[in-house]
Amino acid sequence: MTIQQLIFGKLTLEAIPYHTPIIVGAGIGMGLVVLLVLGLITYFRQWGYLWREWITSIDHKKIGVMYLILSLVMLVRGFADAIMMRTQQAMAASPHMGYLPPEHFNQIFSAHGVIMIFFVAMPLMFGLLNMALPLQIGARDVAFPYLNSMSLWMTVVGAMLVNISLVVGDFNATGWLAYPPLSELSYSPTVGVDYYIWALQISGVGSLLSGINFLVTIFKMRCPGMTLMKMPIFCWAALCAMILVALAFPILTATLGMLLLDRFLGMHFFTADLGGNAMMYVNLIWAWGHPEVYILILPAFGIFSEVVATFSKKPLFGYTSMVYATAAITLLSFIVWLHHFFTMGAGADVNAFFGIATMIIAIPTGVKIFNWLFTMYHGRVTFSVPMLWTIAFVSTFAIGGMTGVLMSLPPVDFQLHNSVFLVAHFHNVIIGGVVFGYFAGVTYWFPKIFGFRLDEKWGKRSFWCWLVGFYLAFMPLYALGLMGMTRRLDYYPASTGWHPWLVVAMVGAFVIGAGILCQLIQAYVSIRDRRKNRDVTGDAWIDGRTLEWSIPSPAPFYNFAVTPVVHERDAYWHMKEKGIENPNTTVQSHYDDIHMPKNTSVGFLIAVFSGIFGFGMTWGIYWMVVLGIVGIFVVPMVRSFSKNIDYYLTSDEIRKMETARQ
Amino acid sequence: MRLLRCFFRAFLLVCLALPLISCHFAILDPKGVIAETEKHVFLESVFLMLIVVIPVIILSFIVPWRYRAKNTKAVYKPEWSNSHLLEFIWWAIPCVIIAVLATITWIETHRLDPYRPLYNNPAPDAAVIPIEAIALNWKWLFIYPQEHVASLNTLTIPVNHPIRFYITSDGPMNSLEIPQLAGQIYAMGGMQTKLNLLATEQGIYRGLSTNLSGDGFSGMYFNVNVVSDKDYAQWVRALKQAPKHLSEKTYQALLVPSANNPPEYFSQVSDDFFSEMVIKYMGPMPGMVLGYRGDPNFTSSSKNTGN
Repeated sequence: MTIQQLIFGKLTLEAIPYHTPIIVGAGIGMGLVVLLVLGLITYFRQWGYLWREWITSIDHKKIGVMYLILSLVMLVRGFADAIMMRTQQAMAASPHMGYLPPEHFNQIFSAHGVIMIFFVAMPLMFGLLNMALPLQIGARDVAFPYLNSMSLWMTVVGAMLVNISLVVGDFNATGWLAYPPLSELSYSPTVGVDYYIWALQISGVGSLLSGINFLVTIFKMRCPGMTLMKMPIFCWAALCAMILVALAFPILTATLGMLLLDRFLGMHFFTADLGGNAMMYVNLIWAWGHPEVYILILPAFGIFSEVVATFSKKPLFGYTSMVYATAAITLLSFIVWLHHFFTMGAGADVNAFFGIATMIIAIPTGVKIFNWLFTMYHGRVTFSVPMLWTIAFVSTFAIGGMTGVLMSLPPVDFQLHNSVFLVAHFHNVIIGGVVFGYFAGVTYWFPKIFGFRLDEKWGKRSFWCWLVGFYLAFMPLYALGLMGMTRRLDYYPASTGWHPWLVVAMVGAFVIGAGILCQLIQAYVSIRDRRKNRDVTGDAWIDGRTLEWSIPSPAPFYNFAVTPVVHERDAYWHMKEKGIENPNTTVQSHYDDIHMPKNTSVGFLIAVFSGIFGFGMTWGIYWMVVLGIVGIFVVPMVRSFSKNIDYYLTSDEIRKMETARQ
Repeated sequence: MRLLRCFFRAFLLVCLALPLISCHFAILDPKGVIAETEKHVFLESVFLMLIVVIPVIILSFIVPWRYRAKNTKAVYKPEWSNSHLLEFIWWAIPCVIIAVLATITWIETHRLDPYRPLYNNPAPDAAVIPIEAIALNWKWLFIYPQEHVASLNTLTIPVNHPIRFYITSDGPMNSLEIPQLAGQIYAMGGMQTKLNLLATEQGIYRGLSTNLSGDGFSGMYFNVNVVSDKDYAQWVRALKQAPKHLSEKTYQALLVPSANNPPEYFSQVSDDFFSEMVIKYMGPMPGMVLGYRGDPNFTSSSKNTGN
């Protein structure tokens, strides 16, 4: 082993794709943005502030905001991938071959899938949970605040590994789930799959710990009187989603762990030869993957339920039904994974069982849709931005649900599996369900965290762009699927007649891009006009029903100066109806002391060492691996000896802060 | 602004005209019994689901509009949030529809099981033609075991004959599909899958791999020529004269990854060629035979194999 290998492992200058102008351009662009941000922080001398108030913060609201920022940044990255795919396919009717060679195109769609699911949807979900859930159950924080900070930074580090792979080496080019044997060393000898494995392993630990954290929070931290059946429905959705996280993510970790052993130690779990079996990987990855889509959609269902009740000025219709429907979906989501591979040759009995189990999920989902419709029925509906997302969701999701059930019929799936019809279907439910829901949620809870509402005008513009763009981009894919177009093609013969449809789809993608642009403008305009859009009462939407609206906006760092006591569902609505005095908006003469955790950098440091470890493992740089492992163990050990981890807010301090706020 | 509007109108026109221009909905235009039935199942289930989906879409626009805050004439019931009757209705209706759909699923999944001989064989007396397919990086090799010939990246089959594929992969996972004839099944190394189909009309159809297998994946499509019995016999005769033999050496050359290979033809394919290509991944399996010769059903279900 030479000195160079000892220091750099497999990493050489060749790993930097300087001969590929697109990647170099993207890399330089990314580098400039990072430098600009770092430069600005240094210029304004904000490093100390950033470190004290954000990086080491264990306040769930700030962690939620950081998740949100991560997800926004990664959305732009993932969307850039989407635009590249759409333009490539719109250009590549052979004899034209487009501008992307297959090895690059394959990385792009793999990265698109990985980024959108793991580093856009998941952080957005955990961000919204962090922002809203403790407030909804009348808690002062999550159960394990320091763990929460660690989960965030593990996710960030995972995302960074994916971004580093853009300029140092390459990324996984075998699809977002990296099916073996293609992802085995024999067919993917570069570091792409290793980046993939470590990015997902590290962020996966973050997700699992976050899931456990919220489970405990929901079970143990509810305020007095809030029985499970009095919880806001978003909490129920979160509870079910977190059960899925806790059960499903270990499967992902184990599966990727075995793939790693195959690649790293030459084992044969999933190789074709020597007793390995790729079918096992496909089963395992979907045993995680199917619950994963419900992990994403259930909180979105919860958000729609909150939004539709608030903006219709009515309680959610059929709360009990909703709870049971959510629970039913949770259970069913674990027994349908095989529908992702009916075409792998299972017998008719097995295929039919999983097909029928899948379509049964349509029943509780259908019930939810009717419950939302009848929440609006006899209501007073205001068309605010969150409500627009919700209304658009109902019809869009109905279409997506229908095509989903369609593909749960094995005979139909034999034709449509792996076609762009499937691509259209899952974008239909993920954009029409998850993304619309999370955007509704961000708009809905934004004022609670920041103290001012997002700009309505730009919000509506963004909504219309997203909606129109979505239909333009994905309806043609349904048609193309029926024409027999398969997914992941970097070119196709012009004689197929697919080209005009793909051009329309590309235009749709650009319209969605305009929607994202509107959202960025919306953020800017909202911050500029923050005084005009200020939420003075704390009840930002006037008709708030749940506890988060009973405290001032932005929420104080201790959330509730006085722990609320709940007697009814929609606790805050009843407080307002019955004219009960709200102790959190009027200054009290005496407050109970509040026990608060101190900020800590331990979570951040563990994540940084995990990142060093992951990068070292990817490139075979063993001093980094050792450094990473030592760091991961030493940092929490040092903390375990520290007694300086908490403090008390006294009655006087709270009164001072509460008075200042009035 | 005017330019933008013009552009928008033109774009709208193009969108509306799309379904009219020359595109071919392969899946809705089946040329084989299996694809035909699959299309029927597809349409049946679409119509069944539209019973719920259309009202939902209409309601999702009417309800919020009717109860918009500005419309003070609409009844407002701020506490109304429960109705056992209504909830019963919308638990029951989807249950009924899914029950019907589930029944269809159970029946059709068994009928259309790709491993099963055709249940609605319109030509029960015609000989079943076995074909062994191997997915390679990035091309398809089709072996006609009864004739000891093989073709690369092109497939010729006689019309109105049941065809039985034995499929494997000597490389990453792939999936064999001829949309106008039948749905797909995976091709996996060290394993054999099966697919039965029957073409009812002569013509040239598109076959392809639908499962990502690496850089040359997009080129893994091929023509399927469905021809008359006479033309098929002639084609086979011609193939038997092919100068290239499928030997260990020529096969090694095929294993070298390459994309967009033009069709090639091979003669003198050994009896157990396919079987050996599957079993080589398993380690020694004394006595095991896969593919056409190892299929116990084959001889019993098709007495007229023409052997």
